[in-house]
Amino acid sequence: MKCQRCDKQAAFHITDLTGESVSSVHLCPACAKDYLEPQQAKKVETSSLISMLSKQLKVGQTAEQLAALDKKVCPVCGISFFEFRKQGRLGCPHDYTFFHEELEPLIVNIHGVTEHKGKTPQHSSISGESQMQLIQLRRQMNEAVEQEDYEQASQIRDMIRKLENGEQP
Amino acid sequence: MKVDHFPNLVGPWMRGSGPQSDIVISSRVRLARNVAEFPFIMRCNEMDRANIESTVSRRLRELPLARTCEYFNVATLKAVDRQYLVERQLISRELSENQGARGVLVDRDENFSVMINEEDHLRIQVMRSGLDFEDAFQQIEHLDNAIDEKICYAFHPQYGYLTACPTNVGTGMRVSVMLHLPALVLTKQIEKVFRSLQKINLAVRGLYGEGSQAMGDFYQISNQITLGRSEQQLIEQVGSVVPVIISYERKARQYLLQDSRDDLQRQVSKALRTLQKAGQISSEETMHLLSKVRLGINLSLISDLDIPTVNRLFVYTQPAHLQKLRGSEMDTTQRNKARAVYLHSQLEQPSGDAPQS
Repeated sequence: MKCQRCDKQAAFHITDLTGESVSSVHLCPACAKDYLEPQQAKKVETSSLISMLSKQLKVGQTAEQLAALDKKVCPVCGISFFEFRKQGRLGCPHDYTFFHEELEPLIVNIHGVTEHKGKTPQHSSISGESQMQLIQLRRQMNEAVEQEDYEQASQIRDMIRKLENGEQP
Repeated sequence: MKVDHFPNLVGPWMRGSGPQSDIVISSRVRLARNVAEFPFIMRCNEMDRANIESTVSRRLRELPLARTCEYFNVATLKAVDRQYLVERQLISRELSENQGARGVLVDRDENFSVMINEEDHLRIQVMRSGLDFEDAFQQIEHLDNAIDEKICYAFHPQYGYLTACPTNVGTGMRVSVMLHLPALVLTKQIEKVFRSLQKINLAVRGLYGEGSQAMGDFYQISNQITLGRSEQQLIEQVGSVVPVIISYERKARQYLLQDSRDDLQRQVSKALRTLQKAGQISSEETMHLLSKVRLGINLSLISDLDIPTVNRLFVYTQPAHLQKLRGSEMDTTQRNKARAVYLHSQLEQPSGDAPQS
């Protein structure tokens, strides 16, 4: 049997008598630890977000469609949908646009609505386009450093500096 | 400034003053914000994190409001110093335990703090003693607007302020109150209250909790929804439910006084005696007993002790505060003994024996 929260083998079969009704869960050791030690509210919130997401995805989607979705990668920060689904955290502001279709039902689940009401920033020194470019360039620079291509990395760094100063590279 | 050199003994949130402060310990508002030009923390490598920390902290320190603040590079702080800031609620446990570049700008009077590289790039929070959202909200508006001039926030016309976790998107605002609800716990009504709060989308969690039960009967209530409501509406949502819970707690207290006054008196006096006389005592038991004593003071079952003193004891019997008082690092056993000595010195008075003991 697979763990209900991740894809590992379930090792703990827990019958929960504390709620209003009796329920059982099947979890791998790591998820069982989270489940049994709810002292860190953050962790619980994250796992409930993840389970909410996984339930929502199972509706009206085949396994193939899900597998294809998991491989979808944000061109700006490089996070895959699979990584988001596992961690419950997004990779960059652009994900809200790039994964819009998948996120919208989740956001409705959490907040009931999808439209922000409230204040807006008064200053926006960098254009939306440049913001995306900056995140993308930072990632490319990190990759260049990892590959020890320092010449490439320093060229990218100059482009980043120009963008930060509001110039076009 | 060193971490343990704050001018006040305890932060404003534990001062025990302000409206309804017998039940409402503190009010807090926090905002989650991200810098538009960086990936969220999850996709940051060490260099990105260091870059964010240095950029954001530099810009924060340029603000006029930073003149009354102290900046701590959390990554270089010792564990006991990080814990000290957690116990004063100036940083979250998550910021303390995270890895990599991170920091916090703290107001020396401890009315607000700005964390860098927590779950989001910025977490701005304002604290007030008692029930006082309006004042907290005004200050956080001021802080947010000032930071907005220096930092380009990640924002989406439809979704609002963008956050690493979709649960915070929109206003990025969490409004919370910390309540002391010992009578609802004693009368076993607390679960019922929680269930009804959850139905109206409010989150409840225990404070300082290491187990599932809230330590010292302190509970934090906050809004779950951050999108689709204005900041003012969120303040009103949490603000409107607090008086209801306060009235439940007061009713439960009156019920206890009428129905089982002697038993309550015995419990309260025993709690105080245990705190005065213990040879060693854990922080959990201390919280549990101090909660009873706090209830006893509010119901005039104890006369020669005041709320500010008990509030101070809640903070100073925590592990890091105790070690700072002693001036040395101690293990659990040493702490349990030092805690007992400290409590004895703070509570033991020749005439201080609780009545009817």
